Amino acid sequence: MSHQSTYKPGSAIERWLDRRLPIIRFSADFMEFPTPKNLNYWWTFGAILAVCLVIQIITGVVLAMHYTPEKNLAFDSVEHIMRDVNYGWLMRYVHANGASMFFLAVYIHMFRGLYYGSYKEPREMVWILGVVIFLLMMATAFMGYVLPWGQMSFWGATVITNFFTAFPIVGEPIKTLLLGGPSVDNATLNRFFSLHYLLPFAIFGVVAIHIWAFHTSGNNNPTGVEVKDVKKDTLPFHPYYTVKDGFAIAVFMLLLAAFVFFNPNGLGHPDNYKPADPLVTPPHIVPEWYFLPFYAILRAITFNIGPITSKLGGVIAMFSSIMVLFVLPWLDTSKVRSMRYRPVAQLWFVLFVIACVWLGYLGGQPAEGVFVIQAQIATAYYFAFFLIILPLLGVFEKAKPLPKSIADSVLKHDKPTATPIAQAAE
Amino acid sequence: MSATDNSHGAEPTRRDFIHILALATTAVGAAGAVVPLVQQMNPDASVLALSTKEVDLSSLEVGQAIKVMWQGKPVFIRRRTAEEIETSEDTPLSDLKDPIARNDNIAANADAEDKNRVINPQYIVVVGVCTHLGCVPLGTSPGEVRGDYGGWFCPCHGSHYDNSGRIRKGPAPQNLEVPKYVFVTDSSIRVG
Repeated sequence: MSHQSTYKPGSAIERWLDRRLPIIRFSADFMEFPTPKNLNYWWTFGAILAVCLVIQIITGVVLAMHYTPEKNLAFDSVEHIMRDVNYGWLMRYVHANGASMFFLAVYIHMFRGLYYGSYKEPREMVWILGVVIFLLMMATAFMGYVLPWGQMSFWGATVITNFFTAFPIVGEPIKTLLLGGPSVDNATLNRFFSLHYLLPFAIFGVVAIHIWAFHTSGNNNPTGVEVKDVKKDTLPFHPYYTVKDGFAIAVFMLLLAAFVFFNPNGLGHPDNYKPADPLVTPPHIVPEWYFLPFYAILRAITFNIGPITSKLGGVIAMFSSIMVLFVLPWLDTSKVRSMRYRPVAQLWFVLFVIACVWLGYLGGQPAEGVFVIQAQIATAYYFAFFLIILPLLGVFEKAKPLPKSIADSVLKHDKPTATPIAQAAE
Repeated sequence: MSATDNSHGAEPTRRDFIHILALATTAVGAAGAVVPLVQQMNPDASVLALSTKEVDLSSLEVGQAIKVMWQGKPVFIRRRTAEEIETSEDTPLSDLKDPIARNDNIAANADAEDKNRVINPQYIVVVGVCTHLGCVPLGTSPGEVRGDYGGWFCPCHGSHYDNSGRIRKGPAPQNLEVPKYVFVTDSSIRVG
């Protein structure tokens, strides 16, 4: 923690403990952490995500008590959870829809970081650790989706592990190593179950150092201006942000509850209620909604580029779409953090969000005709935003004047007029 | 680490040597421990034991096709009509997207002429896994779509295969693989 500890052990027991294991001091300092006083509701998604992770771990541990990772029993054991286990239906629906909500929240969290420049100096590590968490989440979600051993589970696993065969020479052996055989089978199911149980704890660990990192640099804030005077610019995390986050969590949980209780299969695919059949491919394989933008990028590369086949090109494009996030802190050359003061960047940002959502739509459509061209345009924009637009804007864009301090921006209400997103949130 | 300790001259001391030796031994030991940890993920003995499969073709009528399971993957076997054989044999190599035979029974660089795709031209035997992203193409069971070239059609991303299992249209990069097989009798084969 970067701030001075204010904890005073009150009792003899606390003094005794404080000299041996300063856990109360650690917690007290955590709750006292000086937090910029102008954080809007987009900043509550961090706490929402922490709650999502805890929900997934708790429901997941419970589900694992009733699930059987064996190819002849897995599908039936999921139905057993749904029909026989007390509240099993609730646990499974919360876990399945919880994954969707987790991704919804993480995407909002990432767009927020992008808009307010939370990845810029000195928060590069916060951002990079965030991308690592995102990658771990994707791996975990993919393997979790295989466990019910339905048709989409089986064929999703087949298609995704086949990505690796695009790489020459090493591709085939890597695929065999991942699957434990020539095709998706019992060995695959077993190891995916093992890793699906393990990775959330890895995520938990990376989340801890993600928080450690921004407790070292301090939170970013909607103005992007650093804290200058802790007294004037910040408030203690508790009770100010525990309450604000708590309210946001409650609202977000309403959304989860709405899915769980009123449309629990709305985000799923009916084909996954058919047991896996290695001899029959469903006519239209689609991943879960949160992978669709990347699936669209994969399928947008329909042409060979020199020695790179369209298949390898698609796989490279898809992996690059995430890898580019790792270098984002060095691609954006603008010294101004928050896009609130970057009128031109704002427009490109809005286009970027539209491109991502549009890619998500296209990922769910058949890869033919107009959809392919649209996916190619959106993919081109996705990469251009990071590799061309952000580097150039830092040079050419003239930013609006920044407020002198966080306190100044709050007291004078000198909000700019061109940021509908930020205003709506406040 | 004290190997880089500068309190003595450039010459490494006996203690430095012990440090380097200990670390190097640990590193080799750790690397050795990784081998079984990674190898355990490769196909186990029970999976490898299922590597051959005998198929009786005596009940297969002309024009009919069947699907059998081999190594967890479907294998398509079609008894082709005279007309289908003729069309496949007459296809010029220049019309093919993938000019390589992809036949595990012959040389890896053989061209994709129909004769290089079969043992007995009456029977075409291919692994029923689309070379794009691993879906099972349609066209084996009666009534299924057989694609623009009358062979197989992969519904996932629209790859069309001809009656010799060769890719003719769509995103798949390669012809359907011909597995290793032998005719045990005139009307039965052993795959693998």
